Amino acid sequence: MHKAKKESTHLPIFILGGIVLYFLSGLVDELRVYQGATIAVYVIAISSIILLTGYSGQVSLGHGALMAVGAYAAAVLRIEFNLPIIVCFVVAVLAAAFGGALLGAAAARLSGPYLAGTTLALAIGLPSLANQFEVLGGEQGLLFDVGFPPLSLGEEFTQYKWFFWIAALAALISMWVVRNLLNSAYGRAWRAGRGNEVAAQLAGINTARSKVLAFTISAGIAGLAGALLAMTIGTVSPSAFPLALSFSLLTGAVLSGITTLGGVIIGAVVLVAIPEIADVVAHRLGSSESVTTNLPGLIVSGLLILTVLFVPNGPVEQHRARKAKHAARHASSKQEKH
Amino acid sequence: MQLLNTILIGITAGSIYALMAIAFVLVWRSTRVVNFAQAGMALLSTYFGYEAVSRIGSFWVALPVAMIGGALFAALVELILMRLLVKHASSGPIAGVAPIIATLGLLGVIRSVISMIWGGQDLRIVAPISNNGFTINGSTLVFSPLKLVVLVVVAVLLILLTILFQKTNLGLALRASAHAPEIARLSGVKVDSVRTLGWALAGAAGAVAGLFQTVNGNGNFSPDSIEFSLLLVSGFIAAVIGGLDSLLGAVLGGLFLGITISFVLMYVSSGLFFIAPFIILLIVLFIRPQGIIGVKAGRRA
Repeated sequence: MHKAKKESTHLPIFILGGIVLYFLSGLVDELRVYQGATIAVYVIAISSIILLTGYSGQVSLGHGALMAVGAYAAAVLRIEFNLPIIVCFVVAVLAAAFGGALLGAAAARLSGPYLAGTTLALAIGLPSLANQFEVLGGEQGLLFDVGFPPLSLGEEFTQYKWFFWIAALAALISMWVVRNLLNSAYGRAWRAGRGNEVAAQLAGINTARSKVLAFTISAGIAGLAGALLAMTIGTVSPSAFPLALSFSLLTGAVLSGITTLGGVIIGAVVLVAIPEIADVVAHRLGSSESVTTNLPGLIVSGLLILTVLFVPNGPVEQHRARKAKHAARHASSKQEKH
Repeated sequence: MQLLNTILIGITAGSIYALMAIAFVLVWRSTRVVNFAQAGMALLSTYFGYEAVSRIGSFWVALPVAMIGGALFAALVELILMRLLVKHASSGPIAGVAPIIATLGLLGVIRSVISMIWGGQDLRIVAPISNNGFTINGSTLVFSPLKLVVLVVVAVLLILLTILFQKTNLGLALRASAHAPEIARLSGVKVDSVRTLGWALAGAAGAVAGLFQTVNGNGNFSPDSIEFSLLLVSGFIAAVIGGLDSLLGAVLGGLFLGITISFVLMYVSSGLFFIAPFIILLIVLFIRPQGIIGVKAGRRA
């Protein structure tokens, strides 16, 4: 009985979550609804990092660039062909996944700092390409308009609420997919490869292929997040996908616990809350403008360092590790007595 | 003439990348960490240099001041951040990526703090000598007295570093700790202090790179200047081309990268400025993953 429960896909829980979000969106004010949409976008983006870094053991500092690929793909389709929005999102996923597959093929040969440096170079280089092609709109970027909410939802239904519905639905679906992927044979192959590559190969896992697959899927999810981010901002431009975005995502993933998909909401909420907290703190202290504008960045980076130093594997994993250590100490002290 | 100009521009830019690459190599050799905060440290040292220039008025006094400031800061980072990191985050799924994440966090902290202290606007360091090109037979080269000085200073620093590493006991300790820390420790080398020293040297090299990158450009710099992101990427790529473990490799890597980028910009498209380093890195990693100065182990950190 217990086993059967473990193997289920947890679909009812995600549907329940959707219903809760549906009612919640009617209760809170406009600003919160908009922040909710942003949180949903971060949930998707951070889960792509958790899949890649936490499970497959590959670091990417270039996920901001992959998000840009998704966003540009969606915006170009929308502008040039006026395709339905759902098609734009699907193509965003496919385009970013394609880019991820290329990058992943290179990444499979690299590890640790080499991969980080390569993806860092991509994150700095790729957005500047937008200036090279006229269809991408240069520094100003492109407008990305998903259109008004359908009239059947009533006249009271606001644009932000529509953003939130789209983003939250996308987040629920992608979280459901990621969760079940991580619990599947693929997920086990990724973890095996991360833990000990040679052992995984001996067990018959094609670790190179498994790594490329992880990169491809992660990139596709990042592409979806990119298109959704563009939707909430309304435009796609190089400045919307700075290096700082890639760093924020990493911070969010580390805060969530790099191997704890369930913790993803922690990271997403913190990322959205930080600018507000910084604002309050700066006003309390009555600090100057240069401090106020840079406080959010300082908090994000400071949190990143502190988390890595003191809760390196995230709150959940840390608790587990402490328990295991305790048990081990208990066992060894018993042995000494004998 | 255009060919000569392209090569000379490439060599000057490359020698600055080489300094940055040396900083990466020194840190990698001493603690097996790629320090992504290296550009942030170089930026901070540039601000130290700026303060020194505006108080004392001489670039040539400001340069050693910035080097000492950069060295002290880097040593501090090793003493506090890196040792805590080894203590707390050396197990579990995060262990492999913890140093990368921590140094990235440091990069963010340095940038934010700089913006808070000095503001986000452009500051300016005036080049100590003319950056107008030499004139030969009536035509002007892009190679200037300033660029010549940059080359000379970089060369002198490289010679000093080589002497330090090859001829002194300290250098022997540095090499021993890099290659066999356990044996070095057993032989009485204070490996921990040597590691701190490695970081300090890297900090000083980064300071020179930061100042020269600034005066070799238009003299302006700011916390968000793309020049420093580029310095980070270029220094890293140069170090990787050189094998990440060899000082000579870092220099060759820097020069190779500088000249290649210079040729791409001149003969292909100047719009490729930001993406060219990435493409070069990918090509290098595919063709010769062990770098120019080959180390036997592959790219497994």
